[in-house]
Amino acid sequence: MSLLATTLPGFPEAAPLAGLAGGVLIGMAAALMLLGAGRIAGVSGIAARAFGIGSGTMPRFGAWAFLIGLPLGALIVTSLIGGAAPRFAGPVTLAIAGLVVGIGTRLGGGCTSGHGVCGMSRLSQRSLVAVATFMATGMATVAAMNALGLKVLR
Amino acid sequence: MMRDILVPLAGGTIFGAGLTVGGMTDPARVRSFLDIAGAWDPTLAFVMGGAVLVMALTWVLQRQMLRPFFAEGFSLPDRSDITPRLVGGSALFGIGWGIAGLCPGPGFAALAIEPVSAAIFIAAMLAGMGLVRLVEGQQ
Repeated sequence: MSLLATTLPGFPEAAPLAGLAGGVLIGMAAALMLLGAGRIAGVSGIAARAFGIGSGTMPRFGAWAFLIGLPLGALIVTSLIGGAAPRFAGPVTLAIAGLVVGIGTRLGGGCTSGHGVCGMSRLSQRSLVAVATFMATGMATVAAMNALGLKVLR
Repeated sequence: MMRDILVPLAGGTIFGAGLTVGGMTDPARVRSFLDIAGAWDPTLAFVMGGAVLVMALTWVLQRQMLRPFFAEGFSLPDRSDITPRLVGGSALFGIGWGIAGLCPGPGFAALAIEPVSAAIFIAAMLAGMGLVRLVEGQQ
C-alpha cells in the first residue's frame, strides 16, 4: 500500500493518491445507489430517514442498511491497511458540532455527500450554492478558531 | 426485499471504505483542508474530485436509463430554487463541520474507529435534526 502513501510536492501532509482512491470508491458507492436503487447517496438525508426524522420515500430498512454499511466499510479498511488512530474533539465539542451539523443539514437539505458528491456532479444549482456556502463557513470557522487559539482535537 | 437491503448495504460499505481510504474519518485531515491560512492539506479536494468525476460519468449513464437496475423508478431531487433556508442551513452545517472536522458520513464511519466520540457526534446530530422537525412541525 506504499502507493497510497504518495505525497504531493509542497504539501508534506497531503495524501493525493489515497484521497483519489477513496474518492473513486465513494463515487462508485454513490453510483451504485443511483443506478441500482435510483436514489441519491446523501448521508444526512438517509440518517434522518432511518431515525424517522425526515420524510422521504426510501424504505427505512434500506436507510438502516446503508448506515450500518458505513462503519462496516471503515472496519474492513482499517483491518486491511491499518493506519494511525485519528484524534477527535472532546465530548462537549463533538456535541456542539453535531447539533449544528444536524440543524444545518436539515435546513440546507444535504451535506458533503448529497450536495457535494451527488449534486455537484449533476451541476445542481442548489448543490453548487450549498457547497460554496459550507466550504466558506467551514474555512472561516477553522480560521476563527485558530485565531482564538482554540485547539479542539485531542 | 433482499435487493432493497443488499444494494444500500453494499453502497454504505463501499462509501465507508472510501471515506476511510481517503482519510476523511480523520478530523485533523478534514480541518487541515479547511485551514487555508495554515498548513493547508489538499487531500479532501482529491477525494471530492475523484467522487465527483465518477458520479459525473454516472449521471450520463443515468440519463439513458428508464429505471434503475434494482428498483421500480428513480426518486431524485428536482428543485432548483435558491432559498435563504438552503444558504442558512448550509452555512450552519459548514460551521459545525469546521468545529470538529466531522460531517455525517465520516461520523457514522468513525463508529468503527472511535465509537464513543462518533456516537456523541451522531446523537447530537440527530438531536439537531429532530429540533428542526419539532420547530417546523409547530408552524
